[in-house]
Amino acid sequence: MTDVPGWKKTGIITVEELKKFGLIPPEERLKKGPCVIVECPEEIPCNICVSACPVGAISKEKIYNIPKVDWEKCTGCGNCVLICPGLACFVVDLSHDDYALVTVPHEFLPPKVGEKVILLGRDGRKLGEGEVVRVIERNKTYAITVKVKPELAMEVRAVWKKMK
Amino acid sequence: MIAVPGVDRRIYQHPILDFKWRGRKIKFYFEGKEVIGYEGESIAAALYANGIEIWSLSKKYNRPRGPFCMIGKCSSCFCTVDGRPNVRICIEPVKEGIHVQRQKGLPDIPTTWKTAEEEEILETDILIIGGGPAGLSAALKASEYDVNIILVDEHFKLGGQLKKQTHKFFGSKELFGGLRGFQIAEKLTEEIKKRKNIRVLTQTTAYGLFRGNWVGLASYNKLYRVKAKCIIVATGAHENYLAFPGNDLIGVMGAGGAQTLMNEYGILPGKNVVVVGSGNVGLIVSYQLLQAGANVKCIVEILPHIGGWFVHAAKVRRYGIPIYVKHTVKEAIGKERVEKVIITQVDEKFQPIPGTEKEIECDLLLLAVGLTPDIRFLAQAGCKMKWNSALGGFVALRTRYLETTVPGVFVAGDASKIEEATTAMIEGQIAALSAVIKIKGPIEKAVKEREELLKFLEEYRKSPVLRRTREGLKEVVIE
Repeated sequence: MTDVPGWKKTGIITVEELKKFGLIPPEERLKKGPCVIVECPEEIPCNICVSACPVGAISKEKIYNIPKVDWEKCTGCGNCVLICPGLACFVVDLSHDDYALVTVPHEFLPPKVGEKVILLGRDGRKLGEGEVVRVIERNKTYAITVKVKPELAMEVRAVWKKMK
Repeated sequence: MIAVPGVDRRIYQHPILDFKWRGRKIKFYFEGKEVIGYEGESIAAALYANGIEIWSLSKKYNRPRGPFCMIGKCSSCFCTVDGRPNVRICIEPVKEGIHVQRQKGLPDIPTTWKTAEEEEILETDILIIGGGPAGLSAALKASEYDVNIILVDEHFKLGGQLKKQTHKFFGSKELFGGLRGFQIAEKLTEEIKKRKNIRVLTQTTAYGLFRGNWVGLASYNKLYRVKAKCIIVATGAHENYLAFPGNDLIGVMGAGGAQTLMNEYGILPGKNVVVVGSGNVGLIVSYQLLQAGANVKCIVEILPHIGGWFVHAAKVRRYGIPIYVKHTVKEAIGKERVEKVIITQVDEKFQPIPGTEKEIECDLLLLAVGLTPDIRFLAQAGCKMKWNSALGGFVALRTRYLETTVPGVFVAGDASKIEEATTAMIEGQIAALSAVIKIKGPIEKAVKEREELLKFLEEYRKSPVLRRTREGLKEVVIE
């Protein structure tokens, strides 16, 4: 079982590991504006993201290959965030000076724009709070865009509504 | 104990589901006391919603029995309904004024129940047994080729286990990928209704194959003798059990059973949950429990790694659900029902390591430890079987065109090996085309369509995550 990667034992993948799969765009690209990060390191038989992308930025040679993203083509529209059945697509935008924008998929009751939500990491750890700046929906999957500290842009991967 | 005042397990707000199907209120009786259900609910669902969860007492030790599989595949919900014994109340709809009685050991022989009043003799081109993803797809595909089809299912609603799938399907856009399972069920069922050459018989059991391709069907008040040129068996699968002390307590349920309760009927199966098994079923059900408002305490997995797909694991980890690999359940404890479970770490040989036990309070313990193909009809029909653990147990030998060793009997979906709904839908179509070709000869369009589907399936199964299935199939596909 030595060949089983760590993320297959924990369900948590690191940014370093994602980089090795070629799934993390270069920082210069993220500084130009929103871009997708597909956290899909396993060769599963699915190509929904490929057909979801309106600009053809995501490709797969075989249905079970790991997705390949053309960072320059990607506009960060968030369509794949809404459609990916694995909820594995995220959009990160580092084009602002004092904050970053992260878009995460959400299939719980949605927060409203302006609402403060709890930010969660890949391991479920609470990473503070962030303000919701955009909410879009398709077939009951929401894409929630939150303002976060720039250093949390690669860590925040879910949000949770605060209890009243 | 019958009336549980103040208990209402129905879910009223859900991020994915609305409960508009909940029809008018229906009054019926359990052990002589009034219970309120909603039109569209099964008796079992309505009882559980009201906090009534002891449905029978076991024959040998009078142990309480409640929900387990919730899809008509196990015996834990047998009740006597209006004098009729051994009714699977999980697939029996609530009706005004019915009297439901707990069975304590063996039931009384029926005296008030009338036997079949009517009999119908039918001839058809294709008889399809099972109205889940494989059966529905088979019926639709076959109906394009001007043949007559009878589709039979034991449940009162078509759709099989698609009905309880609230997650979006993987695969490709052409195969409903991106749609949620229950939406696919609705789509397929709607389409079936439009096809004039498909006759649907719900709440009807195909009880056996007889000489000369005759199949016996039975509903409550009617028997059918069907002469079919071809038969497609798409009977699905049932959930596996696990042996440990306390495994029969109320509140120990199949993960799929819990999914039926919460997603098909909008009833919360429990508030604090421990899930055994981290395959896709265990992971997906855990996530859906969160969506339904439950608290998932942990997922335990006996293997040293997560069984299901990474993306499903990542989904539950983000919301803080721990997955304990190299762990299993040691015991479930509780007086009337499960109150806590003891989990333990295991060594390389899957043996518990003393001193690593942890006690976890919970009111629901879900078993997501695999499925077994429902081969009962196939076995009775005399199809040659082979054991294959990668495929879920005994499965029928079949050609690549899905014909079994009994000519004219085809198999598709989980009944043929444990896989998933997307491939079940493809297999249903392949089996249908094979049946059409058998009946009408090698129609060019059918042959071409079938080859394309086979090619797609082959490509799909090349995924490394499907290696075991792929290799298992090599052992059971014959010339």
